Amino acid sequence: MLRTFTARLATAVPSLIGVVIVTFLLTRVLPGDPAAYFAGPTATEQSIAEVRHQLGLDLPLWAQFVRYVQDLIHGNLGQSLTTGQPVLNEILTRLPASAELVLCGLVFAIGIAIPLGVLAALKQGSFIDHACRVVTTAGVSVPVFFTGLLLVYVFYYQLGWSPAPLGRLDVFFSAPTDRTGFYLIDALLDGDGETFRAALAQLILPALTLGIFALAPIARMTRAAMLSVLSADFIRTARAAGLSTATVVIRYGFRNALLPVVTTLGMVFSFLLGAAVLVEKVFAWPGIGSYAVDALVASDYAPVQGFVLAMAILYISLNLVIDLLYTVIDPRMRVAA
Amino acid sequence: MSSTVERATRPSEPGLLAHIRNVLLENPVTLFAAVLFVAFVLIGLFGPWIVPYSPLASDTAAALRPPTAAHWFGTDQLGRDIFSRVMVATRLDLTIAIVSVVSVFAVGGLAGILAGFFGGWLDQVIGRITDTIMAFPLFVLAMGIVAALGNTVGNIILATAIVNVPIYARIARTEAAIRRDAGFVQAARLSGNSDIRLLLTQILPNIMPIMVVQMSLTMGYAILNAAGLSFIGLGVRPPTPEWGIMVAEGAAFIVSGDWWIALFPGLALMLAVFCFNLLGDGLRDIVDPQRRT
Repeated sequence: MLRTFTARLATAVPSLIGVVIVTFLLTRVLPGDPAAYFAGPTATEQSIAEVRHQLGLDLPLWAQFVRYVQDLIHGNLGQSLTTGQPVLNEILTRLPASAELVLCGLVFAIGIAIPLGVLAALKQGSFIDHACRVVTTAGVSVPVFFTGLLLVYVFYYQLGWSPAPLGRLDVFFSAPTDRTGFYLIDALLDGDGETFRAALAQLILPALTLGIFALAPIARMTRAAMLSVLSADFIRTARAAGLSTATVVIRYGFRNALLPVVTTLGMVFSFLLGAAVLVEKVFAWPGIGSYAVDALVASDYAPVQGFVLAMAILYISLNLVIDLLYTVIDPRMRVAA
Repeated sequence: MSSTVERATRPSEPGLLAHIRNVLLENPVTLFAAVLFVAFVLIGLFGPWIVPYSPLASDTAAALRPPTAAHWFGTDQLGRDIFSRVMVATRLDLTIAIVSVVSVFAVGGLAGILAGFFGGWLDQVIGRITDTIMAFPLFVLAMGIVAALGNTVGNIILATAIVNVPIYARIARTEAAIRRDAGFVQAARLSGNSDIRLLLTQILPNIMPIMVVQMSLTMGYAILNAAGLSFIGLGVRPPTPEWGIMVAEGAAFIVSGDWWIALFPGLALMLAVFCFNLLGDGLRDIVDPQRRT
């Protein structure tokens, strides 16, 4: 098992190197002269040259790259021009908000999509199969920010069930003691039911928006995988041997169908992390996505580059976890590796 | 007499139009998507001439009006006619999507074909590049590219194209690799054709259908990607009518109940993506029935 783990870990290294090179190149092609930009509008020739030297922009490209990597190793992602804070700090303090949102969205999506996909495959051509088809087609066609706005209109303006879409917690509440950064968990640890309910009320709509978005690919894949597994010979054998339908469907069918579904999760994460940026913008959610968007609008590049790098590293780690999960679900993978 | 003989010996050759008709009648959903597609193209081409108002003309006296007979989709915060703006925006949104998809088709498809056909170091290099792009969440990479290259519509198109390169390169690579040593390619090679000729006359025509299906499927994604970027304030600048930015402008009014500003551009966006997805699915069922899900 340990060998499998290290082997998988090694496969992530080239991606990581590639990601670092790309983010480095992205910082070097900034529009205009970065030195003039960082020196400010009132800078003279001399002060620009000074800044250029300070930033190492007068060095050859490879030396700049070495400096960039050294900075990264020391956790230095640069400073935000608008807030004056180190980018890494801000990303780390905002990360839990995004993580809570994405995880809740994913749990919701999996909770709906997998039963829906399984049922659609079991009862092909039935009402639930058509429902599955409609949901999956709509899910990939509706822009995620549009879903969010529709939910806000219905549940906030029309029905008044949810609070105003403005961040993680209503202004009347104070944030729970910071332990995990997840408001739901922190509030529970504080034993503060009021805050928990308030945080949950804020979270439901954005998480639902992300969930609806992630539902489509998971349900589609579950249905397709279930269909192909159920038509396999070993399922027919199991049925002929007189095993109960539940055993056949769950133990023989579902466990095998789970493999391609887990593979799809990698792609789903790619979409989710991108969609989270849009959802955070709609719900004024104080995560890393809205941090990057605010910085982008203000032409403050260091946070954006830090954000892109952080997201890529997060995504690579998630894929690694999925790979490991795969070896847990599928015993064959352990032997092969 | 002679004419009947001739007719009998020549097998009936259905023309291209008849074939398209067959394809469309086979699946009414695809027919619907095709009609929708034609409508979008027509609106894109003629939109600016058929709209009742100028998309930029503001009339503050009639601002924030819900849909009426005069303003079918209502008016926005500056009193601009939303119906006119949605119609006129079609051209820009479709242009962004089409240009980016066509360029990724050319670049990604070519890279994939070369990688699959020649293999070796070329395959390695192209594989590395596509793997690196895939290591990013795609929308996030697109944001980074637009931030680095500059906030313009051209860079939105470029970013959308770049994040799609891996899909095209991979499909083209697989399809080219399985045909590289096929009998008909070997035969053509033995008759003295150069590699370039083989690529152009044997490989390319055979993988074209699959690539075209992919274009239709990614078109929807391209529209969503571009609209998402302009929703967060990249690329298209106000007051230019564009669906993503119009939804963003309407977002502020949703909480006060003015639903029409964001709803109609959002619906247009949805309908366009829906149309391309259906069209892609329909085309795929015809070209590659095994992948039907």
